[in-house]
Amino acid sequence: MLALDQLLDHIKLWSTEFLIVLIKVLVVFVVGLVGTMLMVWFERKVISYMQNRIGPDKAGPKGLLQTLADGIKLFFKEDLIPDRSDRFVFILAPYLAFVPAFLVWSVIPLGGDFSNGKDGTVIILGHATKLQLADPPIGVLLLLALSSIAIYGIMLAGWSSGSKYPLLGSVRASAQMVSYEAALGLALATVILVAGTLSTNGIVVAQSSLSRWHVIATGVVPFVIFLIAATAELNRPPFDLVEAEQELVGGFNTEYSSIRFALFYLAEFMNTITMSGVIVTLFFGGPQPIRFSGVNITLGFLGPFAGTVLFLLKVLVFLYMYVWFRATLPRMRYDQLMNLGWKLLIPLALGWFMLLAAFRVGQDNNWNRALVGVICLVVLGAAAWLLSYATKVSARNRDREGAMF
Amino acid sequence: MMELFVFVVAAAMVLGGAVGVIVRNHPVHAALSLILTLFGVAVLFVAQQANFLAAVQVIVYAGAIVVLFLFVIMLLGVDRAENLRVEPFKVQRPIAAAVGVGVFGLVVAAVVVSREARTAVTGTGLEVPAPGGGQLHDGNIKALARDLFSSHVLAFELTSVLLVIAVVGTVMLARKPRKGEMQESEA
Repeated sequence: MLALDQLLDHIKLWSTEFLIVLIKVLVVFVVGLVGTMLMVWFERKVISYMQNRIGPDKAGPKGLLQTLADGIKLFFKEDLIPDRSDRFVFILAPYLAFVPAFLVWSVIPLGGDFSNGKDGTVIILGHATKLQLADPPIGVLLLLALSSIAIYGIMLAGWSSGSKYPLLGSVRASAQMVSYEAALGLALATVILVAGTLSTNGIVVAQSSLSRWHVIATGVVPFVIFLIAATAELNRPPFDLVEAEQELVGGFNTEYSSIRFALFYLAEFMNTITMSGVIVTLFFGGPQPIRFSGVNITLGFLGPFAGTVLFLLKVLVFLYMYVWFRATLPRMRYDQLMNLGWKLLIPLALGWFMLLAAFRVGQDNNWNRALVGVICLVVLGAAAWLLSYATKVSARNRDREGAMF
Repeated sequence: MMELFVFVVAAAMVLGGAVGVIVRNHPVHAALSLILTLFGVAVLFVAQQANFLAAVQVIVYAGAIVVLFLFVIMLLGVDRAENLRVEPFKVQRPIAAAVGVGVFGLVVAAVVVSREARTAVTGTGLEVPAPGGGQLHDGNIKALARDLFSSHVLAFELTSVLLVIAVVGTVMLARKPRKGEMQESEA
């Protein structure tokens, strides 16, 4: 009915197909939670080493169970609901932040057999299926939808706390997320343009060799824009103005305690993992083997797990990068953040998208590539000059008339 | 059976949210009820295999427009209940009642007429056959895009012009008049 999975077409209760889908749901859920737990440990440990500290090392081997201990502590803490809060929204908000973080996992291809141009279908218990929970035709649009829903959690959490610092934090957060969503969507559009499909599985299938990985096929710029916009979307350093301790006490979640706070914390780290997974899926071929001019790293000795292991390795690189960002980059100022988003990333993403589209049309109609390139550069140059001239004029007017707000 | 169940749940979401928008005193709660309605409509779209419409519904309406509503409510600090006894525009309540009755009548008429119409064949419509046989996985979206950017391209472009005009107009309205202009208008 929903075109999510070929197994679901004629499904009966308690048949083998039903069990496979059930197992997939359980695996995605459990791996998501355990992965988040490990991610918290990974981040604390790596950032400790970067700062010449040891980090958590008491609970479990190498401090691996520290997150579990923290989680149990949070469970048993007193659950406070502030007097001036809006009770219903205050209780609702953590779930609005947490559920979208989980749902993104369902459309990411987590493994499968992509060697020699196969489409990632594997045989489990005699049924052909893909190693992803759902493969809806709208694929990546679901990612955009969920990331726009995630704003509600943060926005309503700050507002319903009935206190001014959380409100300031949440207004900052939602303004930032709404602003960067445009750049994120435009960078995503270039990937869709090159892959020719919205389905996440189709996007992975399209990246069959290293030169076809979208990071190269779209010309690196959309990847850089996507990475920056995704970091801003996650509210991670250097874009963590939401939780600027020095100015806002703790940010939108100041008034939360106990399990509700844990849900926000969990959502934040889970979003980091899912966003890394999304980047790998869109730009780095997901579970595709690494293949270029004769070299072919398929990790074939791992059998059916090769795709999953490749995917996890690629994700790990980005998780490390996020921790690295946090350890090295200072936080941006609010006006710098907005200028970067609106005046640089969005025009650049739009221009690059038009450039790729023009080349695409040129290819279809057998136009001269060099000519198309020159015309595009002239048009884009003129547009860039207009934009910078407009910002200059508006800055001069602002100086003369004083700030509007 | 499954379809009926989905329909009943989604319809309950739509109606519950719609009633909530009117009944809740608090603007933020009313906006949240609106989100419930929009999600219900999205679920109904998915049940009718209009996946793309469902995604756009959530991204545009729930993700952007209601966020904007909440933003305005929070920034302007109008998050308190309105006094309903004060009526700034005297004729609006009779007109609203008349329009309500009219819309209800139209909906009833549409349902009555559709009972006599031929029953649609399920599972056709936007589905596009793949070159190698069978159904294309994302044929629905491709057909929609082809239609939108070929036969309706003029309307599409005009809509974007309209949006640009709206943005420019907002900027003009929000701009503080310069000192010279202010004196002229006062004089």
